[in-house]
Amino acid sequence: MNIQEATYTYTVRLGDNALILGHRLSELCSKGPILEEDLALTNISLDMIGRTQALLKYAADIEMLGKTEDDLAYRRPENHYHNFLMTEQPNGDFAHTIARQLYISVFEFLFYSELEKSKDATLAAIASKTIKEIKYHMQHAVDWTLRLGDGTPESHKRMQKAVNDLWMYTGEFFEMDNLDTFLLHQHISVDVVPLKAEWNKYIKTALNDATLNMPEDTFMQTGSKKGIHTENLGHILSEMQYLQRAYPDAKW
Amino acid sequence: MVIENQNIEKVYNLISGIPDPEIPVITIQDLGILRDVKFLNGEYVVTITPTYTACPAMGMIEDQIKEILFSNGIKNVKVELTYSPTWTTDWISQEAKVKLKNYGIAPPNHSSCNKLFNSVEMVVCPRCNSKHTELISRFGSTACKALYKCNDCKETFDLFKCH
Repeated sequence: MNIQEATYTYTVRLGDNALILGHRLSELCSKGPILEEDLALTNISLDMIGRTQALLKYAADIEMLGKTEDDLAYRRPENHYHNFLMTEQPNGDFAHTIARQLYISVFEFLFYSELEKSKDATLAAIASKTIKEIKYHMQHAVDWTLRLGDGTPESHKRMQKAVNDLWMYTGEFFEMDNLDTFLLHQHISVDVVPLKAEWNKYIKTALNDATLNMPEDTFMQTGSKKGIHTENLGHILSEMQYLQRAYPDAKW
Repeated sequence: MVIENQNIEKVYNLISGIPDPEIPVITIQDLGILRDVKFLNGEYVVTITPTYTACPAMGMIEDQIKEILFSNGIKNVKVELTYSPTWTTDWISQEAKVKLKNYGIAPPNHSSCNKLFNSVEMVVCPRCNSKHTELISRFGSTACKALYKCNDCKETFDLFKCH
Protein backbone atom coordinates (compact mmCIF):
# COMPACT_ATOMS: atom_id res chain seq x y z
CA MET A 1 0.00 0.00 0.00
CA ASN A 2 1.41 3.41 -0.90
CA ILE A 3 0.10 6.77 0.24
CA GLN A 4 -1.24 7.71 -3.18
CA GLU A 5 -3.29 4.53 -3.61
CA ALA A 6 -4.55 4.61 -0.06
CA THR A 7 -5.56 8.27 -0.29
CA TYR A 8 -7.40 7.50 -3.53
CA THR A 9 -9.49 4.78 -1.88
CA TYR A 10 -10.03 6.85 1.25
CA THR A 11 -11.28 9.80 -0.81
CA VAL A 12 -13.55 7.59 -2.91
CA ARG A 13 -15.12 6.18 0.26
CA LEU A 14 -15.93 9.69 1.48
CA GLY A 15 -17.20 10.69 -1.95
CA ASP A 16 -19.45 7.61 -2.14
CA ASN A 17 -21.09 8.44 1.19
CA ALA A 18 -21.99 11.89 -0.09
CA LEU A 19 -23.05 10.62 -3.51
CA ILE A 20 -25.39 7.86 -2.36
CA LEU A 21 -27.02 9.88 0.42
CA GLY A 22 -27.28 12.83 -1.97
CA HIS A 23 -29.01 10.58 -4.50
CA ARG A 24 -31.36 9.17 -1.87
CA LEU A 25 -32.39 12.66 -0.77
CA SER A 26 -32.83 13.77 -4.37
CA GLU A 27 -35.48 11.06 -4.74
CA LEU A 28 -37.61 13.18 -2.41
CA CYS A 29 -37.71 16.09 -4.84
CA SER A 30 -41.40 17.04 -5.21
CA LYS A 31 -42.31 14.35 -2.65
CA GLY A 32 -41.52 16.21 0.59
CA PRO A 33 -44.22 16.15 3.26
CA ILE A 34 -44.59 19.94 3.00
CA LEU A 35 -43.16 22.46 0.54
CA GLU A 36 -40.55 23.82 2.98
CA GLU A 37 -39.30 20.30 3.64
CA ASP A 38 -39.12 19.58 -0.05
CA LEU A 39 -36.80 22.58 -0.32
CA ALA A 40 -34.80 21.51 2.73
CA LEU A 41 -34.22 17.91 1.70
CA THR A 42 -33.26 18.81 -1.85
CA ASN A 43 -30.97 21.60 -0.61
CA ILE A 44 -29.23 19.09 1.63
CA SER A 45 -29.04 16.73 -1.35
CA LEU A 46 -27.41 19.51 -3.38
CA ASP A 47 -24.81 20.10 -0.67
CA MET A 48 -24.06 16.37 -0.77
CA ILE A 49 -23.66 16.32 -4.55
CA GLY A 50 -21.34 19.33 -4.30
CA ARG A 51 -19.22 17.53 -1.76
CA THR A 52 -19.23 14.43 -3.98
CA GLN A 53 -17.96 16.46 -6.92
CA ALA A 54 -15.10 17.90 -4.88
CA LEU A 55 -14.09 14.53 -3.44
CA LEU A 56 -14.42 12.36 -6.54
CA LYS A 57 -12.65 14.96 -8.65
CA TYR A 58 -9.78 14.89 -6.19
CA ALA A 59 -9.79 11.05 -6.24
CA ALA A 60 -9.65 11.07 -10.04
CA ASP A 61 -6.74 13.55 -9.91
CA ILE A 62 -4.85 11.29 -7.49
CA GLU A 63 -5.50 8.23 -9.66
CA MET A 64 -3.98 10.00 -12.70
CA LEU A 65 -5.75 7.83 -15.26
CA GLY A 66 -7.42 10.80 -16.89
CA LYS A 67 -10.83 10.05 -15.38
CA THR A 68 -13.36 12.62 -14.22
CA GLU A 69 -15.64 12.66 -11.18
CA ASP A 70 -18.44 11.55 -13.51
CA ASP A 71 -16.51 8.46 -14.58
CA LEU A 72 -16.15 7.48 -10.95
CA ALA A 73 -19.80 8.11 -10.17
CA TYR A 74 -21.34 6.48 -13.22
CA ARG A 75 -18.97 3.75 -14.28
CA ARG A 76 -18.26 1.71 -11.21
CA PRO A 77 -20.17 -1.45 -10.36
CA GLU A 78 -21.81 -1.99 -6.99
CA ASN A 79 -18.93 -3.85 -5.34
CA HIS A 80 -16.56 -0.97 -6.10
CA TYR A 81 -18.75 1.38 -4.08
CA HIS A 82 -17.76 2.08 -0.47
CA ASN A 83 -20.61 4.15 0.94
CA PHE A 84 -21.87 3.29 4.41
CA LEU A 85 -24.83 0.89 4.37
CA MET A 86 -26.77 3.60 6.22
CA THR A 87 -26.62 5.98 3.24
CA GLU A 88 -28.30 3.51 0.88
CA GLN A 89 -31.23 2.68 3.16
CA PRO A 90 -34.59 3.66 1.66
CA ASN A 91 -36.19 6.99 2.54
CA GLY A 92 -39.09 5.11 4.15
CA ASP A 93 -41.54 7.40 5.91
CA PHE A 94 -40.42 10.90 6.93
CA ALA A 95 -39.32 9.57 10.33
CA HIS A 96 -36.87 7.16 8.66
CA THR A 97 -35.47 9.95 6.48
CA ILE A 98 -34.95 12.12 9.56
CA ALA A 99 -33.45 9.33 11.69
CA ARG A 100 -30.96 8.59 8.91
CA GLN A 101 -30.11 12.31 8.68
CA LEU A 102 -29.68 12.53 12.44
CA TYR A 103 -27.28 9.57 12.67
CA ILE A 104 -25.24 10.59 9.66
CA SER A 105 -25.08 14.34 10.16
CA VAL A 106 -23.92 14.03 13.77
CA PHE A 107 -21.26 11.56 12.65
CA GLU A 108 -20.20 13.80 9.77
CA PHE A 109 -20.03 16.82 12.06
CA LEU A 110 -17.56 14.99 14.32
CA PHE A 111 -15.70 13.37 11.43
CA TYR A 112 -15.16 16.43 9.24
CA SER A 113 -14.17 18.54 12.26
CA GLU A 114 -11.25 16.11 12.59
CA LEU A 115 -10.54 15.85 8.87
CA GLU A 116 -9.99 19.62 8.83
CA LYS A 117 -6.68 18.84 10.57
CA SER A 118 -5.56 16.32 7.92
CA LYS A 119 -2.06 16.68 6.52
CA ASP A 120 -3.59 16.24 3.08
CA ALA A 121 -4.25 19.88 2.18
CA THR A 122 -7.05 19.14 -0.30
CA LEU A 123 -8.99 16.90 2.07
CA ALA A 124 -8.55 19.48 4.83
CA ALA A 125 -9.84 22.27 2.56
CA ILE A 126 -12.88 20.25 1.46
CA ALA A 127 -13.55 19.41 5.12
CA SER A 128 -13.47 23.10 6.14
CA LYS A 129 -15.85 23.92 3.33
CA THR A 130 -18.29 21.11 3.99
CA ILE A 131 -18.40 21.36 7.80
CA LYS A 132 -20.35 24.63 7.61
CA GLU A 133 -23.01 22.89 5.56
CA ILE A 134 -23.06 19.82 7.81
CA LYS A 135 -23.82 21.97 10.87
CA TYR A 136 -26.90 23.18 9.09
CA HIS A 137 -27.94 19.62 8.17
CA MET A 138 -27.45 18.55 11.76
CA GLN A 139 -29.57 21.36 13.11
CA HIS A 140 -32.31 20.43 10.67
CA ALA A 141 -32.22 16.76 11.74
CA VAL A 142 -32.16 17.54 15.47
CA ASP A 143 -35.09 19.97 15.09
CA TRP A 144 -37.21 17.39 13.31
CA THR A 145 -36.26 14.60 15.70
CA LEU A 146 -37.61 16.79 18.50
CA ARG A 147 -40.73 17.71 16.62
CA LEU A 148 -41.60 14.14 15.63
CA GLY A 149 -40.49 12.46 18.86
CA ASP A 150 -42.24 14.97 21.11
CA GLY A 151 -45.15 15.41 18.71
CA THR A 152 -48.29 13.31 18.38
CA PRO A 153 -48.53 9.70 19.61
CA GLU A 154 -48.34 8.57 15.98
CA SER A 155 -45.25 10.64 15.12
CA HIS A 156 -43.60 9.54 18.37
CA LYS A 157 -44.25 5.88 17.59
CA ARG A 158 -42.91 6.20 14.05
CA MET A 159 -39.81 8.14 15.09
CA GLN A 160 -38.99 5.56 17.75
CA LYS A 161 -39.39 2.78 15.19
CA ALA A 162 -37.16 4.62 12.71
CA VAL A 163 -34.28 5.18 15.16
CA ASN A 164 -34.56 1.52 16.22
CA ASP A 165 -34.67 0.20 12.65
CA LEU A 166 -31.59 2.12 11.52
CA TRP A 167 -29.48 1.57 14.64
CA MET A 168 -27.78 -1.54 13.22
CA TYR A 169 -26.19 0.53 10.45
CA THR A 170 -24.44 2.94 12.83
CA GLY A 171 -21.66 0.55 13.89
CA GLU A 172 -19.90 0.95 10.54
CA PHE A 173 -19.21 4.64 11.18
CA PHE A 174 -16.63 3.74 13.80
CA GLU A 175 -14.73 0.93 12.06
CA MET A 176 -11.07 1.25 11.12
CA ASP A 177 -9.52 -1.08 8.54
CA ASN A 178 -5.84 -1.42 7.53
CA LEU A 179 -6.12 1.41 5.07
CA ASP A 180 -7.56 3.82 7.65
CA THR A 181 -4.83 2.89 10.11
CA PHE A 182 -2.09 3.21 7.50
CA LEU A 183 -3.26 6.72 6.59
CA LEU A 184 -3.69 7.61 10.26
CA HIS A 185 0.06 7.05 10.69
CA GLN A 186 0.57 9.51 7.83
CA HIS A 187 -1.71 12.02 9.62
CA ILE A 188 -4.09 11.94 6.66
CA SER A 189 -7.11 9.97 7.89
CA VAL A 190 -9.32 10.40 10.94
CA ASP A 191 -9.26 8.03 13.91
CA VAL A 192 -12.99 7.32 14.14
CA VAL A 193 -12.86 5.02 17.20
CA PRO A 194 -12.72 7.85 19.76
CA LEU A 195 -15.59 9.66 17.99
CA LYS A 196 -18.05 6.99 19.09
CA ALA A 197 -18.43 8.18 22.69
CA GLU A 198 -19.07 11.74 21.58
CA TRP A 199 -21.49 10.64 18.88
CA ASN A 200 -23.40 8.60 21.47
CA LYS A 201 -23.61 11.66 23.70
CA TYR A 202 -25.06 13.86 20.94
CA ILE A 203 -27.56 11.19 19.87
CA LYS A 204 -28.60 10.47 23.43
CA THR A 205 -29.26 14.16 24.10
CA ALA A 206 -31.24 14.57 20.87
CA LEU A 207 -33.34 11.46 21.57
CA ASN A 208 -33.88 12.29 25.25
CA ASP A 209 -35.00 15.83 24.39
CA ALA A 210 -37.45 14.27 21.93
CA THR A 211 -38.79 11.84 24.60
CA LEU A 212 -37.35 8.93 22.61
CA ASN A 213 -35.36 5.97 23.91
CA MET A 214 -31.85 5.09 22.82
CA PRO A 215 -32.13 1.89 20.77
CA GLU A 216 -30.89 -1.27 22.43
CA ASP A 217 -27.56 -2.64 21.32
CA THR A 218 -27.85 -5.09 18.51
CA PHE A 219 -25.77 -6.89 15.92
CA MET A 220 -24.11 -4.21 13.79
CA GLN A 221 -24.18 -4.63 10.01
CA THR A 222 -20.93 -4.13 8.15
CA GLY A 223 -19.32 -4.59 4.73
CA SER A 224 -19.13 -1.32 2.81
CA LYS A 225 -15.36 -0.95 3.09
CA LYS A 226 -15.09 -4.32 1.33
CA GLY A 227 -17.72 -3.37 -1.25
CA ILE A 228 -20.44 -5.54 0.32
CA HIS A 229 -23.82 -3.83 0.36
CA THR A 230 -27.48 -4.31 1.16
CA GLU A 231 -29.72 -5.02 -1.82
CA ASN A 232 -30.66 -1.33 -1.94
CA LEU A 233 -27.47 -0.11 -3.60
CA GLY A 234 -28.02 -2.13 -6.78
CA HIS A 235 -31.42 -0.53 -7.24
CA ILE A 236 -29.98 2.95 -6.70
CA LEU A 237 -27.20 2.41 -9.24
CA SER A 238 -29.51 0.89 -11.84
CA GLU A 239 -31.41 4.15 -11.85
CA MET A 240 -28.52 6.56 -11.28
CA GLN A 241 -26.25 4.98 -13.92
CA TYR A 242 -28.92 4.15 -16.47
CA LEU A 243 -28.13 6.88 -18.97
CA GLN A 244 -24.37 6.36 -18.94
CA ARG A 245 -24.82 2.61 -19.35
CA ALA A 246 -27.38 2.89 -22.13
CA TYR A 247 -25.49 5.63 -23.98
CA PRO A 248 -21.80 5.39 -23.10
CA ASP A 249 -19.87 8.65 -23.65
CA ALA A 250 -23.10 10.60 -24.18
CA LYS A 251 -22.51 14.36 -24.09
CA TRP A 252 -24.97 17.22 -23.83
CA MET B 1 7.06 43.39 -15.59
CA VAL B 2 5.39 46.77 -15.34
CA ILE B 3 3.23 45.98 -18.35
CA GLU B 4 2.16 42.66 -16.85
CA ASN B 5 1.15 44.28 -13.58
CA GLN B 6 -0.92 46.84 -15.39
CA ASN B 7 -2.61 44.07 -17.28
CA ILE B 8 -3.43 42.19 -14.10
CA GLU B 9 -5.18 45.30 -12.88
CA LYS B 10 -6.97 45.61 -16.22
CA VAL B 11 -8.08 41.96 -16.08
CA TYR B 12 -9.27 42.39 -12.51
CA ASN B 13 -11.22 45.52 -13.36
CA LEU B 14 -12.83 43.88 -16.38
CA ILE B 15 -14.17 40.92 -14.44
CA SER B 16 -14.83 42.35 -10.99
CA GLY B 17 -18.12 43.87 -12.15
CA ILE B 18 -19.62 40.54 -13.26
CA PRO B 19 -22.97 40.21 -11.47
CA ASP B 20 -23.79 37.12 -9.46
CA PRO B 21 -26.06 35.01 -11.69
CA GLU B 22 -28.58 34.43 -8.89
CA ILE B 23 -28.48 37.83 -7.18
CA PRO B 24 -27.73 40.22 -10.03
CA VAL B 25 -27.56 43.37 -7.87
CA ILE B 26 -24.19 42.37 -6.42
CA THR B 27 -20.98 41.44 -8.19
CA ILE B 28 -18.66 38.48 -7.80
CA GLN B 29 -16.21 40.88 -6.18
CA ASP B 30 -18.85 42.16 -3.69
CA LEU B 31 -19.60 38.57 -2.69
CA GLY B 32 -15.97 37.57 -2.30
CA ILE B 33 -16.20 34.88 -4.99
CA LEU B 34 -13.41 36.54 -7.00
CA ARG B 35 -10.26 35.80 -5.00
CA ASP B 36 -7.25 36.58 -7.13
CA VAL B 37 -5.79 37.32 -10.53
CA LYS B 38 -2.22 36.26 -11.27
CA PHE B 39 0.01 36.07 -14.33
CA LEU B 40 1.74 32.69 -14.40
CA ASN B 41 3.67 31.00 -17.22
CA GLY B 42 2.20 33.19 -19.90
CA GLU B 43 -1.43 33.05 -18.81
CA TYR B 44 -3.80 34.90 -16.56
CA VAL B 45 -4.96 32.69 -13.71
CA VAL B 46 -8.24 33.85 -12.19
CA THR B 47 -9.05 32.19 -8.87
CA ILE B 48 -12.65 31.92 -7.71
CA THR B 49 -14.23 30.18 -4.73
CA PRO B 50 -17.76 28.79 -4.41
CA THR B 51 -20.12 30.16 -1.77
CA TYR B 52 -21.53 26.67 -1.17
CA THR B 53 -19.83 23.47 -2.34
CA ALA B 54 -22.55 22.80 -4.86
CA CYS B 55 -23.11 26.39 -6.01
CA PRO B 56 -24.58 25.81 -9.48
CA ALA B 57 -23.50 29.28 -10.61
CA MET B 58 -19.77 28.48 -10.69
CA GLY B 59 -19.82 27.16 -14.26
CA MET B 60 -21.67 30.22 -15.46
CA ILE B 61 -19.31 32.58 -13.64
CA GLU B 62 -16.32 30.86 -15.23
CA ASP B 63 -17.91 31.22 -18.68
CA GLN B 64 -18.65 34.90 -18.08
CA ILE B 65 -15.08 35.60 -16.95
CA LYS B 66 -13.73 34.00 -20.13
CA GLU B 67 -16.29 35.70 -22.34
CA ILE B 68 -15.47 39.19 -21.06
CA LEU B 69 -11.73 38.68 -21.27
CA PHE B 70 -11.87 37.03 -24.72
CA SER B 71 -13.93 39.88 -26.11
CA ASN B 72 -11.30 42.29 -24.78
CA GLY B 73 -8.58 40.41 -26.63
CA ILE B 74 -7.25 38.53 -23.62
CA LYS B 75 -7.29 34.88 -24.60
CA ASN B 76 -4.66 33.26 -22.38
CA VAL B 77 -6.96 32.76 -19.43
CA LYS B 78 -7.32 29.94 -16.92
CA VAL B 79 -10.02 29.92 -14.23
CA GLU B 80 -9.19 27.95 -11.10
CA LEU B 81 -11.46 26.91 -8.28
CA THR B 82 -10.25 26.95 -4.70
CA TYR B 83 -11.88 25.81 -1.45
CA SER B 84 -9.32 27.40 0.81
CA PRO B 85 -9.60 29.75 2.58
CA THR B 86 -13.24 28.82 3.05
CA TRP B 87 -15.73 31.38 1.80
CA THR B 88 -17.63 33.27 4.46
CA THR B 89 -20.37 35.88 4.36
CA ASP B 90 -17.97 38.10 6.35
CA TRP B 91 -16.30 38.84 3.02
CA ILE B 92 -19.42 40.58 1.75
CA SER B 93 -18.72 44.30 1.85
CA GLN B 94 -20.89 46.79 3.74
CA GLU B 95 -21.93 48.43 0.46
CA ALA B 96 -22.98 45.06 -0.92
CA LYS B 97 -25.07 44.42 2.19
CA VAL B 98 -26.92 47.68 1.55
CA LYS B 99 -27.49 46.60 -2.07
CA LEU B 100 -28.86 43.26 -0.86
CA LYS B 101 -31.24 44.96 1.54
CA ASN B 102 -32.51 47.35 -1.14
CA TYR B 103 -33.08 44.33 -3.38
CA GLY B 104 -35.31 42.78 -0.70
CA ILE B 105 -32.87 40.25 0.75
CA ALA B 106 -31.97 40.60 4.43
CA PRO B 107 -28.15 40.67 4.53
CA PRO B 108 -26.26 38.24 6.78
CA ASN B 109 -25.20 39.34 10.25
CA HIS B 110 -21.49 39.51 10.83
CA SER B 111 -19.84 36.33 12.14
CA SER B 112 -19.13 34.35 14.09
CA CYS B 113 -22.57 33.15 13.29
CA ASN B 114 -21.64 29.65 12.29
CA LYS B 115 -22.03 28.21 15.75
CA LEU B 116 -24.17 25.17 16.35
CA PHE B 117 -27.80 25.82 17.18
CA ASN B 118 -27.74 29.59 16.88
CA SER B 119 -31.43 29.79 16.15
CA VAL B 120 -31.94 33.03 18.09
CA GLU B 121 -30.35 35.10 15.34
CA MET B 122 -32.04 38.50 15.00
CA VAL B 123 -33.27 39.18 11.49
CA VAL B 124 -34.52 42.58 10.39
CA CYS B 125 -37.18 42.85 7.68
CA PRO B 126 -35.54 44.41 4.59
CA ARG B 127 -38.81 46.13 3.66
CA CYS B 128 -40.07 47.79 6.85
CA ASN B 129 -37.04 47.35 9.17
CA SER B 130 -39.15 45.55 11.75
CA LYS B 131 -37.34 43.21 14.11
CA HIS B 132 -40.56 41.31 14.57
CA THR B 133 -39.73 38.50 12.12
CA GLU B 134 -40.09 34.76 12.08
CA LEU B 135 -38.33 31.86 10.37
CA ILE B 136 -40.50 29.96 7.89
CA SER B 137 -37.89 27.62 6.48
CA ARG B 138 -34.16 27.19 7.08
CA PHE B 139 -33.82 26.43 3.39
CA GLY B 140 -34.88 28.82 0.67
CA SER B 141 -34.81 29.37 -3.06
CA THR B 142 -31.03 28.96 -3.26
CA ALA B 143 -28.45 27.26 -1.04
CA CYS B 144 -27.37 30.57 0.47
CA LYS B 145 -30.81 31.76 1.59
CA ALA B 146 -33.44 31.00 4.25
CA LEU B 147 -37.10 32.01 4.14
CA TYR B 148 -38.52 34.45 6.70
CA LYS B 149 -41.69 36.40 7.22
CA CYS B 150 -42.28 39.79 8.76
CA ASN B 151 -45.00 39.89 11.39
CA ASP B 152 -45.50 43.63 10.93
CA CYS B 153 -45.68 44.21 7.17
CA LYS B 154 -46.69 40.56 6.61
CA GLU B 155 -44.31 40.13 3.68
CA THR B 156 -42.16 37.05 3.25
CA PHE B 157 -38.50 37.66 2.44
CA ASP B 158 -35.20 35.88 1.93
CA LEU B 159 -32.37 36.01 4.44
CA PHE B 160 -28.86 35.65 3.08
CA LYS B 161 -27.69 33.10 5.63
CA CYS B 162 -24.66 33.75 7.73
CA HIS B 163 -22.06 31.25 6.60
